[in-house]
Amino acid sequence: MLYWSPMLAVVLTILSGMVMFALLDVNPAKAIHTFFVAPVSSLDGIAELFVKATPLVLIAIGLSFGFQANVWNIGAEGQLTIGALASGGLALAFYDVDTPFLLPGMMIAGVLGGMTWAAIPAFLKTRFNTNEILTSLMLTYVALLVLSYLVHGPWKDPEGMNFPESRLFHEAAQLPVILEGTRLHLGGLLALLAVAAGWVVMARHIIGFQIKVIGMAPMAASFAGFKKARIVWLSLMIGGGAAGLAGMIEISGPIGQIIPVISPGYGFTAIIVAFLGRLNPVGCLLAGCLMALTYLGGDNAQIEMNLPNAVTGVFQGMLLFFLLACDVLIRYRLRVVSKKVPEAA
Amino acid sequence: MTELTETPTEVITPRLELIGITRRFPGVLANNNVNLKVMPGEIHALLGENGAGKSTLVRFIYGVQKADSGKVFWQGRECTIPSPRIARQMGIGMVFQHFSLFDAMTVEENIALGVEPELAKDNLADKIQRVSAQYGLLLDPGRYVHTLSVGERQRIEIVRCLLQKPKLLIMDEPTSVLTPQEVEDLFKTLRRLSGEGCSILYISHKLQEIKELCHTATIMRMGEVVDDCIPSEETARSMAEMMMGKNLLSPVRANRHEIGAPQLSVHGLSVKSPHHHGTDLKDINFEVRSGEILGIAGIAGNGQRELMEVLSGEVPVGNADAVVMNKKSVGQFGPKQRRKAGMGYVPEERLGHGAVADMSLWENAFLSAATGKNLLNKGFILIDRSTEFAVSVVNGFRVKTPGVKHAASSLSGGNLQKFIIGRELLQDPNIIVVLQPTWGVDAGSAAAIRQALLDRAADGAAVLVISQDLEELFEVSDRIAVISGGRLSESQPTESLTVDDVGLMMAGLSHRGADPEPAPGTGEVEGPRVN
Repeated sequence: MLYWSPMLAVVLTILSGMVMFALLDVNPAKAIHTFFVAPVSSLDGIAELFVKATPLVLIAIGLSFGFQANVWNIGAEGQLTIGALASGGLALAFYDVDTPFLLPGMMIAGVLGGMTWAAIPAFLKTRFNTNEILTSLMLTYVALLVLSYLVHGPWKDPEGMNFPESRLFHEAAQLPVILEGTRLHLGGLLALLAVAAGWVVMARHIIGFQIKVIGMAPMAASFAGFKKARIVWLSLMIGGGAAGLAGMIEISGPIGQIIPVISPGYGFTAIIVAFLGRLNPVGCLLAGCLMALTYLGGDNAQIEMNLPNAVTGVFQGMLLFFLLACDVLIRYRLRVVSKKVPEAA
Repeated sequence: MTELTETPTEVITPRLELIGITRRFPGVLANNNVNLKVMPGEIHALLGENGAGKSTLVRFIYGVQKADSGKVFWQGRECTIPSPRIARQMGIGMVFQHFSLFDAMTVEENIALGVEPELAKDNLADKIQRVSAQYGLLLDPGRYVHTLSVGERQRIEIVRCLLQKPKLLIMDEPTSVLTPQEVEDLFKTLRRLSGEGCSILYISHKLQEIKELCHTATIMRMGEVVDDCIPSEETARSMAEMMMGKNLLSPVRANRHEIGAPQLSVHGLSVKSPHHHGTDLKDINFEVRSGEILGIAGIAGNGQRELMEVLSGEVPVGNADAVVMNKKSVGQFGPKQRRKAGMGYVPEERLGHGAVADMSLWENAFLSAATGKNLLNKGFILIDRSTEFAVSVVNGFRVKTPGVKHAASSLSGGNLQKFIIGRELLQDPNIIVVLQPTWGVDAGSAAAIRQALLDRAADGAAVLVISQDLEELFEVSDRIAVISGGRLSESQPTESLTVDDVGLMMAGLSHRGADPEPAPGTGEVEGPRVN
């Protein structure tokens, strides 16, 4: 039944979307078509879907490890940013060097960057029992300010007419396109690899087992001798590393340089993806594609029907809202309490 | 019962009559066509193994659960009981096995939360005092719950019911947390209530108590009523056999076997409780030798949980020498290392501590046996071997389950406990520490578990049993010590003790070996504490 909940949420979101469009005096059927069907009616569109889904799926898988262990890392956006900066910094440092080792180096730098940023909440939580929701969220804004400082200052393109952008990366620092004529790049394969690896670790490895036990029954975890601090570190490192890698994929894939806005909120949207995908790597893949579609649909609706871009946010919000509502109402029943006493002696 | 015999010509309407109650859960028939009649003023026992359907039935009577079919007659009139609130208004009260009290609130506040608002309005404290004096349930409305013993907490629940002047009081396993003296007091109260015409539906596994207290008994097995009897005319054994439908084997001790060298020794162990309102351990000393069973008696909340955590390694001790396993100082070892050194242990809570409710049996087998049984290969779980091990536990300990792929939560308490004990014992530990091994477990499973512990001791393991169940301790232990207020008495050979001796020590009235003065050198334990 719990697996039906996401389906139900999607249906309810589309129905409410239609009501919303009707109230806005837009033909609902046409709007839904523009939003959910038109964007993926061409090969190019499908490739775009995977380009957008790649960071979402990667981050969501990373986060779902933490969420299963009740470690609430919601700062993936910041970890993505720092991962992008670490790998982008490497690309800029070796701007003149053409070597096949640059891309792998950037991947490692991206992962380490994300991990470093996630290490701060991990340290604070295990050492001082700080709430990781707050620390990881607040660090997101710090990361965005670091990005802003770098693109407006030291890393600004010297020949860029003073635009706040870095130089365009060299060929060797860009992810190769894997589908000719589209933007679909190697990152898509990495995301698929992450799905497979995530599933194996979750279902078959002791790390996944420990994470599940800690989340479901903390006392049983201590009975078995699993160390809580270790799991907190591990899950934040997995989440941070995945987000950092997503950051690297964004700047060396579709973007190709460092710009003031690297991600349209992938780090936050991935939280919805993780829950919509039931914290399961395969589920995250499906949910990530659906979420990517809302991004594409939003752009499309903006161009074709003159609808505000906020429609994307509204759809994502509704989806999460209905998902949570379905989860609660499937598990619990609402009851109206009456004060009436039956006729009894 | 006297009024029944005094008025043979008049037909007395039963207080409660159930006809053909049936309730099906996915995969089980929890209640099948159950008929039950409770007369006014009668103390009626409901007997049965775990999973026999008693809880489902009383939860139905109290309006917590619905039945698929069947009729209820309350004082002769057919009715439905849609919710506990309505049950209370009709005059049905229930004291659950697990109390629902807020530790940080007073007795009065707790009672106010659980009764009808009209009743809580004025002079609740006076009403509480009146009722508690009337029924001999001493209770101070202004005391905070965390300062009370378990027996006193139960009194709160009983007073809460009595304030609503019930005509039927349901008691689920009320004596499992009480000392023998407290049980006596409870029985006095129940007899007085019965004398005043209040019916009592009494659920218990303790057959001796039922014999002593109850007028009639209804015996359930596998969801059906299988028998009725007058407990005073039966023996505990005959009732147990009716309950299980087969001849009961009582645990047998092997002929005096060799008692060997100390396997587990604890010296001068003092630990501050990591829990709110917990009990600090103060200068605890004992030894368990190979081939013997040491029993530790005590009322809940006197440091048993803390002692268990320290022995299992879930809470490490600063001084490594305070806990010695087989000449190795293990005070700072975690649970995994202690298992490796040869310890197996069973915590009190089955679901959530000893096992993960939503995980399958094989995953739960893997939980503690991963290293002991080599169920890991380079970090990957060997599912086949884990399944095999789980199956061997299920077969070896007669765990009733459709298969090891089913979740731990699908097992009844007794079966899950057999599974957990089996999982630990089949790892061949030479030291076994168990807390409340048969708490809330049916008689058949309890006997099997006790027998398994005796067998392990006979094979040369050192076994420590911490329990509130005196019958159990007298049945299995070679020596018994008592824990009270975080201090442990000297252990005495079981033959030299009586149940009453131990009961008095448990209540803290006699300080046989338990020094009331703080021991020197344990300054850290003297924190500001309310009790």
